[in-house]
Amino acid sequence: MRAFSYERARTPQEAAAVVAARPGAKFIAGGTNLLDLMKLEIETPVHLVDVQDTGLDRIEETRDGGLRIGTLVSNTALASDRRVRRDYGVLTRAIVAGASGQLRNKATTGGNLLQRTRCPYFYDTDQACNKREPGSGCSAIGGFTRQLGVVGVSDACIATHPSDMAVAMRVLDATVETVTPQGETRRLPVADLHRLPGETPHLETNLQPGEMITAVVLPRPIGGRQVYRKVRDRSSYAFALVSVAAVVQPDGSGRAAFGGVAPKPWRVEAAEAAMPSGAKAVASRVFEGAKTTDQNGFKITLAERTLAGVLAEARA
Amino acid sequence: MGSAIAKGRIRAIDTQAARSSPGVLGVVTAENAGELEKGQYNTARLLGGPDIQHYHQAIAVVVAETFEQARAAAARLKVSYVRARGRFDLEAQRETATEAKDVKDAETGDFDAAFADAPVKLDETYHTPDQSHAMMEPHASIATWNGDELFVWTSNQMITWGKGDLARTLGVPAEKVRISSPYIGGGFGGKLFLRADVLLAALAAREVGRPVKVALPRPFMGNNTTHRPATIQRIRIGANRDGKILAIGHDNWSGDLPGGGPENGTAQTKLFYASDAIRTRVRLAELDLPEGNAMRAPGEAPGLMALEIAMDEMAEKLGIDPVQFRIMNDTQVDPMNPEKRFSKRQFVQCLTQGAERFGWSRRAAPGATRDGRWLVGLGMAGGYRGSPTMKSGARVRLTPEGRIIVESDMTDIGTGSYTIMAQTAAETMGVPLDRVEMRLGDSAFPSAAGSGGQWGANSSTSGTYAACVKLREAVAQKLGYDPGGAVFSDGRVRDGRRSATLASAARDGEIVAEDAIEFGDFTQQYEYGTFAAHFVEAAVDMYTGQTKIRRMLAVCSAGRILNPTTARSQVIGAMTMGVGGALMEELVVDKRLGFFVNHDLAGYEVPVHADIPHQEVVFLEEADELSSPMKAKGVGELGLCGVGAAVANAIHNATGVRIREYPVTLDKYLDRLPELA
Repeated sequence: MRAFSYERARTPQEAAAVVAARPGAKFIAGGTNLLDLMKLEIETPVHLVDVQDTGLDRIEETRDGGLRIGTLVSNTALASDRRVRRDYGVLTRAIVAGASGQLRNKATTGGNLLQRTRCPYFYDTDQACNKREPGSGCSAIGGFTRQLGVVGVSDACIATHPSDMAVAMRVLDATVETVTPQGETRRLPVADLHRLPGETPHLETNLQPGEMITAVVLPRPIGGRQVYRKVRDRSSYAFALVSVAAVVQPDGSGRAAFGGVAPKPWRVEAAEAAMPSGAKAVASRVFEGAKTTDQNGFKITLAERTLAGVLAEARA
Repeated sequence: MGSAIAKGRIRAIDTQAARSSPGVLGVVTAENAGELEKGQYNTARLLGGPDIQHYHQAIAVVVAETFEQARAAAARLKVSYVRARGRFDLEAQRETATEAKDVKDAETGDFDAAFADAPVKLDETYHTPDQSHAMMEPHASIATWNGDELFVWTSNQMITWGKGDLARTLGVPAEKVRISSPYIGGGFGGKLFLRADVLLAALAAREVGRPVKVALPRPFMGNNTTHRPATIQRIRIGANRDGKILAIGHDNWSGDLPGGGPENGTAQTKLFYASDAIRTRVRLAELDLPEGNAMRAPGEAPGLMALEIAMDEMAEKLGIDPVQFRIMNDTQVDPMNPEKRFSKRQFVQCLTQGAERFGWSRRAAPGATRDGRWLVGLGMAGGYRGSPTMKSGARVRLTPEGRIIVESDMTDIGTGSYTIMAQTAAETMGVPLDRVEMRLGDSAFPSAAGSGGQWGANSSTSGTYAACVKLREAVAQKLGYDPGGAVFSDGRVRDGRRSATLASAARDGEIVAEDAIEFGDFTQQYEYGTFAAHFVEAAVDMYTGQTKIRRMLAVCSAGRILNPTTARSQVIGAMTMGVGGALMEELVVDKRLGFFVNHDLAGYEVPVHADIPHQEVVFLEEADELSSPMKAKGVGELGLCGVGAAVANAIHNATGVRIREYPVTLDKYLDRLPELA
């Protein structure tokens, strides 16, 4: 671990201003991902601004019947909130499918969205990685790719976004609220938070340097049967091979987003018109243009079959 | 600091930036480490450079005031490498493989003719992957020099081997080296040998002139330490239509660094089932992957992962129940050497009791049982592991307070050595268990069997027993009793009508006795084995292909069980490891770059609690009079042998799909699951 300096900010505005002003500075909240990355020198911040005293740890009802989730709300608190369990079941189910109880106690809402890929080549600093070291190449392509992305990927990077929570946020059309270094509030759909890698896989979000997530806003509840199904090689504490977050209405219409397949939670709204016709019709649109390897091509079949299982469960 | 390349050499290491980093006390590389030999039990050198033999071979150690400073400075070492082409793909090297040095081809009868004439035949090839021990505690050591004497606190299963190889590697006399390893956070064979942490701690402590601690970071574990090598196994079985086996052929390929050894999956095949024609062949290819070496049930575990699927397939071809098929082909003698009997073999009893308890008769045809979205199946496999013994010594002290102190360099890797050796001493000396103090894992104590090959329990308790018998003689003599007739119980010694407290014998000072058990040539006369039948119920999600294990049962025949609690713990741990091997564990080789890619616990998945259902373990009532004074054997490796195949066979029964390549992950059969409506 590289030596670093540390301070605690009292307001999000103050935190944003400090991080923006100081090259190599980073926010830290729960630290469940950042500290691991620092120990391996994948992340080497020179200064950490701890935002845990900024008071953004409440879940409030919004005027239009939704929920504003403070960025510091822990994954455990969010998943167990009465309103979330009642009205946004897919979110609770997604969160408890991720990590472990201990990690969820510490991990925060904003931090979960901003966690980094678990591509094994990203984690091995002896290997080339465009995400870790821009321009160094990608050692994953042509190597061990079974866990890696099949859609939205590029020739520079095929890493996936590992979050379960974000997949549910995406299917619920959540909005991310931020504070900019100038102290202004900005809103962007969670769909627009993460970027696709293209030629610049090290640029993972559309946040400006120093811009800090302050909340995630869920719109008014949309009802329906809400299911999150995560497929993995063991029953707990493993990242998804494929996951499906779905909201299915009594008339058969619905929404579906996919995890474990792309550099961001993957949802193709245009495909959802086919929900009443079944999983095959939806999946063929969702994975149009997919770029698979001999090791991860199964994810397309798996995603379709998993969605079929989810639809069967939702309609049972 | 580990090598960033798999094969080649170091052109230069620039240590300047590291040396001037905050807190740094010293840097050791091959350049300033002095002359180093290679340990007898090591294949690759533990400190590489300038030549590199494998990925993450240690090439430098940086010592600093704090661990974080040392790690930060190590990252500032600038190493320039010259890469060489390596051989990393076992399948591609298969044709170059040659007969392994210590494993000769074996044949009884005429396999080719018997197989050709057999009316029912099976000829299939199976794959097992490289596996990591993935023990909870990474390798770690603290070393300190006092003049020319070296003391190391470490985590090691075999104190005598570790001490010997440390002295040999450093080129110092063995009597100047002492190592201590009283507690071990898991080993599974990964700590049988001297490893880099010990050597680097010793070299670094000498360099900086103070005690140094070296702990391997988890991401080094996959490539810096040893692993269980992958195998390719071709198995041929021929039988008559009634199910009698006429021919068994087992060919096994694995790879290792030059000078290394094979992962031999054929050892059980020579002895498990009756057949007039048996042939085994083991071929070893050279690979430039990290060093392969022993992992729990080395050879036996992957061998039975293959053989016991083949037996299931053969039973299916014959239309015979797989339990019955095994019973029909049981043997009480070594099939390749029929005058040699098994000392005790209750495999058939394991099978019949297991089938009864598990409800095996309810097993349906493959793919025929559904429970909601789950395809449900039952599977079973036979388990067989030899029961070797090793010379094992102990020293026993009787204190004036009447306490018994047992000293031995035996180790406890979570197996319960402390408990069973203390029980042995308490029982033999006739004192309650809380009067016995155990001191283990120190090379200053008498050399014991150590923990490996499931020989530890039987050998070390026999050694304790031998030392206690000697102590009883000394006590009897001291009291003036007849050593042959004295009875030790309830803290007293009795000889006819005379009686004294045990403590009184040591009134004038401690009585010390030391002895060892040595095993003669009786293994020439009898075959010693432990046996099990494993039963598994598995459910496969018809949509996603995910497998859930629902029930597991092991029925074991393993001699006298020294302690039912610790023995059961060994077996359920092994069953868990078997599920890991069946469903998820694989060190994935990057065949271009020559390393195990998933070299941490996020990438190398082992089972979590949610993967493991209720496990039932039954030990048959048994005492093997021919095995040792304890009439015991081993169970630690038996518990793993056959489990993987039982899982794979259960998945086949659930889905109708046969997978011959471990781990049995859903991507291998998803497209063969039933079509969805």
